[in-house]
Amino acid sequence: MKLRHLVLAASVLAAGVSGALTSTAAFAQAKEQFFPVLVYRTGAYAPNGVPFANGYVDYLKLVNARGGINGVKVSWEECETGYATDRGVECYERLKGKGATVFQPLSTGITFALTEKAPGDKIPLITSGYGRSESADGGVFKWNFPLVGTYWGAADVLVQYIGKKEGGLDKLKGKKIALVYHDSPYGKEPIPLLQERAAAHGFNLQLLPVTHPGVEQKATWLQIRQSRPDYVLLWGWGVMNSTALKEAQATGYPREKMYGVWWSGAEPDVKDVGMGAKGYNALALQHGAEPNAAVTKEILSKVHAKGDGTGPKDEVGQVLYMRGVSAAMFAVEGVRAAQERFGKGKVMTGEQARWGYENLNLTQAKLDALGFKGVMRPVSTSCKDHMGASWARIHTWDGKEWKFTSDWMQADEQIINPMVKAAADKYAAEKKLTRRTPADCQS
Amino acid sequence: MFYRENGQFKTTYAADQQIFPITQDRWAVLAIVAFAFIGVPLLVDEYMFRAILIPFVILALAALGVNILVGYCGQISLGSGAFMAVGAYAAYNTFIRIEGMPLILALLSGGLFATLVGMLFGIPSLRVKGLYLAVATLAAQFFCDWAFLRISWFTNNTSSGSVSVSNLQVFGWNIETPLHKYLFCLAILVLFGLLAKNLVRGAIGREWMAIRDMDVAAAVIGIRPMYAKLSAFAVSSFIVGVAGALWAFVHLGSWEPAAFSVDRSFQLLFMVIIGGMGSIMGSFFGAAFIVVLPIFLNQFLPLLGDMVGVEISTAAISHAELMVFGALIVWFLIVEPHGLARLWSVGKQKLRLWPFPH
Repeated sequence: MKLRHLVLAASVLAAGVSGALTSTAAFAQAKEQFFPVLVYRTGAYAPNGVPFANGYVDYLKLVNARGGINGVKVSWEECETGYATDRGVECYERLKGKGATVFQPLSTGITFALTEKAPGDKIPLITSGYGRSESADGGVFKWNFPLVGTYWGAADVLVQYIGKKEGGLDKLKGKKIALVYHDSPYGKEPIPLLQERAAAHGFNLQLLPVTHPGVEQKATWLQIRQSRPDYVLLWGWGVMNSTALKEAQATGYPREKMYGVWWSGAEPDVKDVGMGAKGYNALALQHGAEPNAAVTKEILSKVHAKGDGTGPKDEVGQVLYMRGVSAAMFAVEGVRAAQERFGKGKVMTGEQARWGYENLNLTQAKLDALGFKGVMRPVSTSCKDHMGASWARIHTWDGKEWKFTSDWMQADEQIINPMVKAAADKYAAEKKLTRRTPADCQS
Repeated sequence: MFYRENGQFKTTYAADQQIFPITQDRWAVLAIVAFAFIGVPLLVDEYMFRAILIPFVILALAALGVNILVGYCGQISLGSGAFMAVGAYAAYNTFIRIEGMPLILALLSGGLFATLVGMLFGIPSLRVKGLYLAVATLAAQFFCDWAFLRISWFTNNTSSGSVSVSNLQVFGWNIETPLHKYLFCLAILVLFGLLAKNLVRGAIGREWMAIRDMDVAAAVIGIRPMYAKLSAFAVSSFIVGVAGALWAFVHLGSWEPAAFSVDRSFQLLFMVIIGGMGSIMGSFFGAAFIVVLPIFLNQFLPLLGDMVGVEISTAAISHAELMVFGALIVWFLIVEPHGLARLWSVGKQKLRLWPFPH
């Protein structure tokens, strides 16, 4: 061991410490609306994380190309989480100090961790189509916004659709439905609702967990081969989805009987399986692949044509790309709504933006103006309802592309609302929170 | 010149047996501890607390526990993540199921249950050694992963398998702000550090080291291998369990079994190997290296890119982060296989001879 080495090692360490200190101190506080972007472009879920992130950033670029939010330019910074909760928490801490407007964790695990932190920091969380299902109850979850859908809603729509296929929900009696799910909070979210439905309609629910990241499914599909369920619900993400489809093909399980949640129904999930996935159905979180939507064309002409696109051009308009686009749209529109109240052309704080997300009123006319005609239906939130709307459609993979194969459907409020309220009350009791008062709703 | 022990004569056994026999060391360590308690809170911002210091302090505590087992007793363990998980879930269950349970007791009960589980999985160490034992302890990891995912009683029957705690209080002191969390964890770390240091200096620590160096010879001179090995497992898992409980309660607040996956076990083992096996100081170095370096690289690489006028994408940064991190580990282990703690002691040795090395 030479002294030279020692000095080198010591200087590396010293540089590390000082770098970490200075970079946190150097905040750029410009007059811009800052959107932190939690992404995962690496790791097991990268194939699905990348299109979402590209769509998200491209839409923010489009907002600037359109002239900002009432003149306020938007800025953003990406932080790589790798879908790991502790890295996500680190990203949150790093970016929140830069004047974060809203966080979209894109991971149920990170959502759970941030749900505890957001109220203290007064930063809203948008978890469109994922996160905690009970956080749709704005009376308890003041800072969470599971806009346009929760897993309970998704599971409910799937059961309804299957019931319709069978010719009525009462025909489900005695049927076997298997849930192949990612063994994490994400995959477990739909279980309470499915159990509720199973008890109500008398179908047999089979729970088949798959461990992270989901490439080991041989045993699961052996069980499916053995028990031959009438339907398989797939609650996977990333490589788990394509693996499940390949295993279904190998097992000989009909793909037509498989229904994925909206995170299991995008191009990366079926592309490699190709024709083997033909007939596979998945829920669409309102939108599907939208290559012809006005917003897609605008992104192509105003962002990609200028050489400023974030990802490859042919990705624009794909399912997950569009999910990123619509997630960014919610983030931006909430700020626009907040500006109506707190002053147009001003930079909104996280707290002000929260008001915007709570009083979001995206009418059809507004959506059309934003280029989302035909992509999604109106969404309006309130103090009580942080979800806004829970419309969904089924789309089916025909071997080359996703095609819509059902009408708009909505989760049954009679079943969902009491469950949401009960779960939210349980959370409030655990945390010793009281429900928000009408006065708090105005704030 | 300044770091010299000339004239420091030990005239009593007590003086000779101090933890830090050299006066300069003693003052330096006292100064560091004082700085950690008083200076750091004045200097750093919330991000440093939440993202770097609190994880560092808690993982240093866990590394300390692992070091006792792996570094001092030579029993390679890949189940540390599991013992952390046991600590976290046991603490959680005692905390929510017993009305009015004080936080400290809940944390200690986490350690206690981790001790029991650790000893249970330590029993194979009486028969198997080295890599074989590593695989046996891996079983602990898989078992605990399974148990906390599947047995819903542990997670208080939450549907998603994710649990959370809040309203942490110690003697009426709310542990809410990052500063309080940091101080709380730091106090526990200092306490356990002192405890561990004294344990490894004492008779039992010598037994562990004898077993590590050559178990047959140790048995011949009258050390009971069973007692030594199981006590190492017990002490180590107690500390790791408390660290796990802190990680869950104080750092994450809401967690799922994936927070204590096999990755965590590897991470802890790397901390011990890189920091220095069989060294209390090494645990701190190792934890700092593993916790701080990836975050630092993540923030430093874009700056570096800016300087030379290249914009590096997020994906490229995280790939580069992994590569640089891996390369640094390999480099460190080639240059100094005994870890960062050894570098530290080499540095001290040099300073003692400076400016006239011979």
